[in-house]
Amino acid sequence: MKGNFIDNLPKVYGIYTGGFIGFIIIMAIAEQMGMTAKAIGIAFVAFTVFIYALIGWLSRTAQADAYYVAGRQVPTVFNGMATAADWMSGASFVAMAGGIYFKGYGYMALLVGWTGGYVLVASLLAPYLRKFGCYTVPDFIGTRYGGNLARFSAVVVLTVASFTYVTAQINATGTIASVALDIPFQYAVYVGLISILLCSMLGGMRGVTWTQVAQYIVLIIAYLLPVFWISNKMGAGFFPHFMLADEVARIGELEQQFGFVKNAAADLKSVPKGLAGITKAHSAVNATPWAFISLALAMMMGTASLPHVMMRYFTTPSVKAARKSVGWSLFFIFLLYSSAPMLATLSKLSLIDPNLPTGIIGKTFAEVEAIDWYQNWNQANLMFISDFNGNGTLELNEFFMGGKAVVLATPEIAGLPYVISGLVAAGGMAAAMSTADGLILAIANAISHDVYYKIIDPKAETAKRLLVARVLLVIIGFAGATIAAMEIQGILGSVIWAFDFAMSGLFFPLVLGVWWKRANRQGAIAGMLGGLAAGTWYLVWVRTGGSGFLGITQLTFGIFGSAVSLIAMVVVSLMTAEPDKATQKMVDDVRVPSGKSILGKSH
Amino acid sequence: MSNQQKHWEKTRGLLFITLAIWFVFSIGIFLFGAEMNEVTGPFGYPWTYWFTCQGSLGAFVILIFWFANRQEKIDEEFGFSEREDE
Repeated sequence: MKGNFIDNLPKVYGIYTGGFIGFIIIMAIAEQMGMTAKAIGIAFVAFTVFIYALIGWLSRTAQADAYYVAGRQVPTVFNGMATAADWMSGASFVAMAGGIYFKGYGYMALLVGWTGGYVLVASLLAPYLRKFGCYTVPDFIGTRYGGNLARFSAVVVLTVASFTYVTAQINATGTIASVALDIPFQYAVYVGLISILLCSMLGGMRGVTWTQVAQYIVLIIAYLLPVFWISNKMGAGFFPHFMLADEVARIGELEQQFGFVKNAAADLKSVPKGLAGITKAHSAVNATPWAFISLALAMMMGTASLPHVMMRYFTTPSVKAARKSVGWSLFFIFLLYSSAPMLATLSKLSLIDPNLPTGIIGKTFAEVEAIDWYQNWNQANLMFISDFNGNGTLELNEFFMGGKAVVLATPEIAGLPYVISGLVAAGGMAAAMSTADGLILAIANAISHDVYYKIIDPKAETAKRLLVARVLLVIIGFAGATIAAMEIQGILGSVIWAFDFAMSGLFFPLVLGVWWKRANRQGAIAGMLGGLAAGTWYLVWVRTGGSGFLGITQLTFGIFGSAVSLIAMVVVSLMTAEPDKATQKMVDDVRVPSGKSILGKSH
Repeated sequence: MSNQQKHWEKTRGLLFITLAIWFVFSIGIFLFGAEMNEVTGPFGYPWTYWFTCQGSLGAFVILIFWFANRQEKIDEEFGFSEREDE
């Protein structure tokens, strides 16, 4: 191909998308010719991971600028896709539709929170941090406020938040790899880890950028194709997003008809761990305004503080492009997030409506137990039925399912060919890998650039810096995988904690660094460490039986942490001397897009 | 007032408008979630349910692009927009 790589991007990814669709078709034909389900699953995961590794190898680099910020030449739309993949984790892909299915409105605060945060990113932070020209988020804190302690505090907050997040992602890659490749989870975690490192180790941010674009394309096809297919097959509507109102109303009707019968505690003991029944109305408002708003708010402020997202906007060619790129990111995220409630609706209706051929409520136990897909998912520990009232017929309160099953099992329930299930596995793998890549890179870059280069050895040569960065990448990856292999925490819970940690320590020090000239070093340090300590204390207190206050739960502890952070930062800043003239001038320069960036091109 | 101060004043004004719209779609409507859900909204979905599925999410996408365009105009007006070679 003529011209440079950047100009050819649409062509390159166009061919890639065509090739991937071709691969799906080949697999579909192979299935008809008798290829086994297991072989299809392995082919999907192996083929896509091989492509990502190839992209990672082609993007290898020995330049600091390319390793840390992809050479600052990623076009707006492609950066949007990469950010969307970076953002949408295994939790978004596998668990979100399930959460909506079981918890309804109260859970959907996460949808609003995980999208609304981008308005804060676009208006408060991204363009200004891009103008700054930093390599990492602590780089901004360290230069704006000055001093090693401020820089180091930012690294601490970043590491706590990102590490909480990354173990969940490695856990998700392990889960999918173990199902698709049929190997034990303890080994699958390391298979997932090696795939992740293949993408990021040689090319750093450059490698991660181009693999994330490729991963976005896989995951969005894998999510949307089944939703549209199922909707059309059920006759629910050609374009589900605009046409499922009748189905939503029908679910409401059925809920009325069946009623939400409360099970006895003794009965519930027999249900396998992790499975749940339908106990909440599908589309009714089932949470108090504050419960909804506090969760959404915590997720929004967390979004604007998470370093792996922020650093994606350091890679655009200009400040203007950074702003637009946030819009594109959210557009690409919107495509998946707005489809999750539709999938939850289709999945629930197909299971509970007795008028549909797939409906199981109202059938006899013998009938349900004879269904192929019920047997498969019961074996996988994701479905369970039990005749509590002994009448021989399945009632709504006697049917239990795992949250992951909504995404993983619905295609099979709706009677789609197995090739779709293989595609969904590849999509889940892409979603978890892309987020894990971004997070591990964020931690390793912060430690290699901010701790090693800026604090320990400022004279280090580029080759040595990049070697340190890569060694750290491997160490952090293995540490994350080791903790993930212990399976101590659920995927979704730890993701939400990561947002709370990030907002507790970083939201106000970042925002006020741009928007309040008077903010100084002492204030920022107090804000970061005070906020993180307060948030952590609150979490531990509630987890150990504390009652909490103001309705702040263990999922929204960042609201308390960030409030303490704000107060500490303002009070300490005002009690100490204002920043020097040079710093004030620096803030003025950050506020206008034109002119040189604050930090040099290579620093 | 210097050119730069005027630019910052306008930028701040735009921020407040943007955050006000953001507040309506992320917080404001959910203060009245239960009441609004009684009403049938776009495409026949209940109003609050529709906002959590699509409405607010879509509004944020549009809001960011609108904000980006307005900010570019402000930067141009005061001569602070980037040149292509920078």
